[in-house]
Amino acid sequence: MSDVTVTSFKRGLPGAAWWLPLGTAAVFLALWHMLVRLSGSDLFPTPVEVAKGIIELIQKGLLLKYVVASLFRVSWGFVLAVLVGVPLGLTLGWFRAAFQSMNPIIQILRPISPIAWIPVAILWFGVKDSAPIFLIFLASVFPITVSSMAAVQNMQSVYLRAAQNFGLKGPQLFRRVIFPAALPQIITGIRIALGVAWLVVVAAEMIAVNSGLGYLIIDARNAGKRYDLVVAGMVMIGLIGLGLDVLVRRLEKFDEVRWGYGQR
Amino acid sequence: MDNAEPLINIRDVWMSFPGKTADAPVHVLERVDLTVSKGEFVCIVGPSGCGKSTLLNIVGGFLKESKGDVRVEGQPVDGPDPARIFVFQENGVFPWLTVAENVGFGLLSRPAKERDERVAHYIQMVGLTGFEKSYPRELSGGMRQRVEIARALAAEARVLYLDEPFGALDFLTRLKMRSDLIRIWQAEGKTILFVTHDIEEAVQLADRVLVMSKRPATIQEEVIVDLPRPRDLDSPGYLAARDRIFSIMGMDVHGGGAGDPK
Repeated sequence: MSDVTVTSFKRGLPGAAWWLPLGTAAVFLALWHMLVRLSGSDLFPTPVEVAKGIIELIQKGLLLKYVVASLFRVSWGFVLAVLVGVPLGLTLGWFRAAFQSMNPIIQILRPISPIAWIPVAILWFGVKDSAPIFLIFLASVFPITVSSMAAVQNMQSVYLRAAQNFGLKGPQLFRRVIFPAALPQIITGIRIALGVAWLVVVAAEMIAVNSGLGYLIIDARNAGKRYDLVVAGMVMIGLIGLGLDVLVRRLEKFDEVRWGYGQR
Repeated sequence: MDNAEPLINIRDVWMSFPGKTADAPVHVLERVDLTVSKGEFVCIVGPSGCGKSTLLNIVGGFLKESKGDVRVEGQPVDGPDPARIFVFQENGVFPWLTVAENVGFGLLSRPAKERDERVAHYIQMVGLTGFEKSYPRELSGGMRQRVEIARALAAEARVLYLDEPFGALDFLTRLKMRSDLIRIWQAEGKTILFVTHDIEEAVQLADRVLVMSKRPATIQEEVIVDLPRPRDLDSPGYLAARDRIFSIMGMDVHGGGAGDPK
């Protein structure tokens, strides 16, 4: 399998996987720096000022505190969404009557942006952690539910028939065949949901609470137009988002689910 | 063969599926009669889409016949049964389990020791020793079919239903799989009902070949292949049986010609 990847990259130079992205990043930073200088803006920061801003946040102990606060909210909302979404999706995928009765509601609720729920969340939960947690839950529960549902519905019927042939039914059938057969697609849904959850926590923190990376951005702008800290917050959001994605992608490497992702 | 109670007994089976319109159902099987004795190896051949897989799915309990009587081991078939394992053309090996876990799939209620022994025994029988911890995605198509056959044998299935199990394999692998299947069948004494569209395959494998007609299909003719195994593919007996089936099916395709009219 890996041979295929090697051949398609054979025209690349050794080490290209490292110096190509690093070189691009360097060009990007240099352009950024030049454009800020050329525009003469004294509000928008240069990359160096952003780096200094990050250092300042670290020294004040704010960075760690805000990152932890954001991750805390994402974890709660996200774990709740997994606990609700996976069983719900599997049930809807398996029982036709459940699908028929619930799917229309889900399809109507699903396209409503979690941002639109912010006023409702504040009404119900006040300006507390529970409001953004609720929003993150809402944002991630739909992709998880829908992907779990589709995973069961699209399951290859041969697995089901083989399982029935061996006399499996009820919980055994679910645990030994339906769930493992659906797992690769469930994990894909989880990955999408985590990305969305991370987008939403930042938005929610701008309005509903007074800590976290989203709060940092709004606060830095409101209290003295500190755009170096605004962009520092954005950079951190990007880096942590990348980290979360890398983490979930690791799940896809397990032998129990690798079969479900085709050749990579 | 005649005096023993047949293990599989299919009497006057009809099968229709709903068609494009409610008043025009698709008739797939018509008046199918067939028996298989204990320990017998029977192949069903027929043109593509004639309904031979449908028939096997009915015997296997995955489909309910529209009309007729289907009995296996004296009991009416009412759904799939662990004593009679189906081997699927599209391969029903579970990709999330290792080879050993797949082969032991039907044995979870057994004590661990007995399970391990049986798993090791049947993995060896199908020639996959050394691949116990491999996952199906790491195996070739032929090896995956071996896993599925071992899984059926390990579960102590008395009857194997094989639905074009070697159809997706390359020519040499198919030849090897056939001779291995014969070896396993001779060692284990299972009853095998094997569906294929490959006439050569049927004559190489079976005690008896049942030739199905075009849709709506019925058993058109029975060809007894009374040749010693391993079969000599150049012997007059083999060639005669093969040509007999070709002419039965050929007559059907060309709408007359050689062979007896039905």
